[in-house]
Amino acid sequence: MNIEAKLGLDVFKIDKERHITIDVETCNRVCVNKACLYVCPANLYEIDDQGNNTVNYEGCLECGTCLISCDHRALEWHYPRGEYGVQYRMG
Amino acid sequence: MEKVDCIIVGGGLAGLSAAYGLASEGLEVIVIERGDYSGAKNVTGGRLYVSPIRDLYPELWKAAPFERPVTREFVTLMGDGAHTTIELASERFATPAYQSYTVLRARFDQWFADQVMEKGGMVITKNRVDDLLLEGGKVIGIRAGGDDIGADVTIIAEGVLGLLSSKAGLREEPRPQDHALGYKEIIELPPGVIQDRWHLNEGEGAAHLFMGGVTRGLMGGGFLYTNKDSISLGIVVGMEAMRQAPDKVDSYTLLDEFKELPQIKPLVEGGTIVEYSAHAIAEGGIAKVPKLYGDGYLLAGDTAGLSLNALVTVRGMDFAIASGYYAARAVIDAKERDDFTAASLAQYEQSLRSSFVLKDLETARYIPHTIENPRLFTHYPQAVSNLMEQVFTIGPGPSKKLSSTVMGGVRKDFLNLQTLKELYAMRKI
Ligand SMILES: Cc1cc2nc3c(=O)[nH]c(=O)nc-3n(C[C@H](O)[C@H](O)[C@H](O)COP(=O)(O)OP(=O)(O)OC[C@H]3O[C@@H](n4cnc5c(N)ncnc54)[C@H](O)[C@@H]3O)c2cc1C
Ligand code: SF4
Ligand code: SF4
Repeated sequence: MNIEAKLGLDVFKIDKERHITIDVETCNRVCVNKACLYVCPANLYEIDDQGNNTVNYEGCLECGTCLISCDHRALEWHYPRGEYGVQYRMG
Repeated sequence: MEKVDCIIVGGGLAGLSAAYGLASEGLEVIVIERGDYSGAKNVTGGRLYVSPIRDLYPELWKAAPFERPVTREFVTLMGDGAHTTIELASERFATPAYQSYTVLRARFDQWFADQVMEKGGMVITKNRVDDLLLEGGKVIGIRAGGDDIGADVTIIAEGVLGLLSSKAGLREEPRPQDHALGYKEIIELPPGVIQDRWHLNEGEGAAHLFMGGVTRGLMGGGFLYTNKDSISLGIVVGMEAMRQAPDKVDSYTLLDEFKELPQIKPLVEGGTIVEYSAHAIAEGGIAKVPKLYGDGYLLAGDTAGLSLNALVTVRGMDFAIASGYYAARAVIDAKERDDFTAASLAQYEQSLRSSFVLKDLETARYIPHTIENPRLFTHYPQAVSNLMEQVFTIGPGPSKKLSSTVMGGVRKDFLNLQTLKELYAMRKI
């Protein structure tokens, strides 16, 4: 089962307000390691056609790994508002 | 501003345990939880060690929605082309009162929240605490959804990331060196199949850990716990180890690779994946435990760094419940003195120090550094399996004496300077 299909098994209540914002300028200017691209267990980070870092926050499992692993504090990351985000049925 | 005796940030195990203790003594307590229900955001391996906490709330465990008591322990050392499984079937583990149980957090935490409410505590779900309210270094309450609520004491049990407490300067921000990523699948299997695969009597459960060959040599391993009608199968991998790896690995692929291994495939055969989840794990050990109290506040559970990764056992849930218990005791006593200053709340740290919580973390002080050694995840699991393979090999031509086979393997893989150095380092753990 691929990662998108796995995320498809989870219950998400998606907020239109995003809870992860990337300071793309920092990513482009100083980041060599680009940890967010490979540490995320949901594979949500991707460099887009323009070469900019993006995150599909809608599939976020709220583990915080990207936040902890980012070398340059380029992420504005908070929990989704109450009622939103992933809702585990088993946990 | 509305004011209560105690506000608890986070309705996970630490927060709910504190609330249960406070509500049982009739204090006015509000738990604020951001999930749709308690447990909606929470992930564990997971096995809860009940024996250290049984006497704290003796009445609680009888009706708890545990999955299975763990009566059998399995550890598999994975090598390339050979693996060794150790199976421990202990009569003691298989006799009540059981020392540990597997749990699923969405079920367990919801039940715990119900127990809190039965005691008269309030659990408000679907609400995120946006900020701690501070006044001259004292925490005086919280802000949530534009409302301010005041409290004599705020217990901060917001989990491992500690976003609010670090923002308020009550602890450090989490660092990759002190954290691992844990993630897992829940795979449904019929109870009979689970019992057959792990040699269990009806209703009994197993814990199965996998070392070596699972995380491509990065600090970490695989875990498997049997639930009533599913298994929790996952990976733990160090964040700093991932960041430093010369060959970058997409973390999520480790679990897929793991499931494809010939050792694992038959264990999950025929199962249906029903959920995928991930969470950070604190593993900095005692050296990373922040100051646990101050004017008007206490830190509990993962927020206070109270968790332990000792290679084959991850513990955090029992520490979370115990720290909640002692936090409640400290607040109850502070209320009697009507003194909520740091000096009065210092009792919390004292009781954690004289309990198993900080004692066990102290005993394990050197584990975090020792298990950073990548050879634990590559060389040793491989060497054990190589040795066992040789012992069981009957090739063409005359066999060597068993003792010389064993000594040959031991000499090659275990009796060298590197291993002795590592053993020396391990004496501390
Ligand atoms: C993969 C994995 C395997 C593990 N295996 C084991 C194991 O086998 N045994 C074991 O004992 N431990 C294990 N642990 C560790 C254990 O799960 C944790 O130590 C334990 O869950 C900590 O409990 P807690 O109450 O401190 O935090 P949590 O359970 O994380 O609870 C924090 C709560 O606070 C809420 N919250 C956070 N911020 C806010 C906010 N701003 N407003 C409102 N609510 C908020 C969250 O939604 C959550 O409900 C494992 C952990 C992981 C990730
Ligand atoms: S690790 Fe941080 S700075 Fe680097 S690319 Fe990712 S978000 Fe940007
Ligand atoms: S919090 Fe976890 S799941 Fe969400 S984007 Fe970051 S790493 Fe991915």
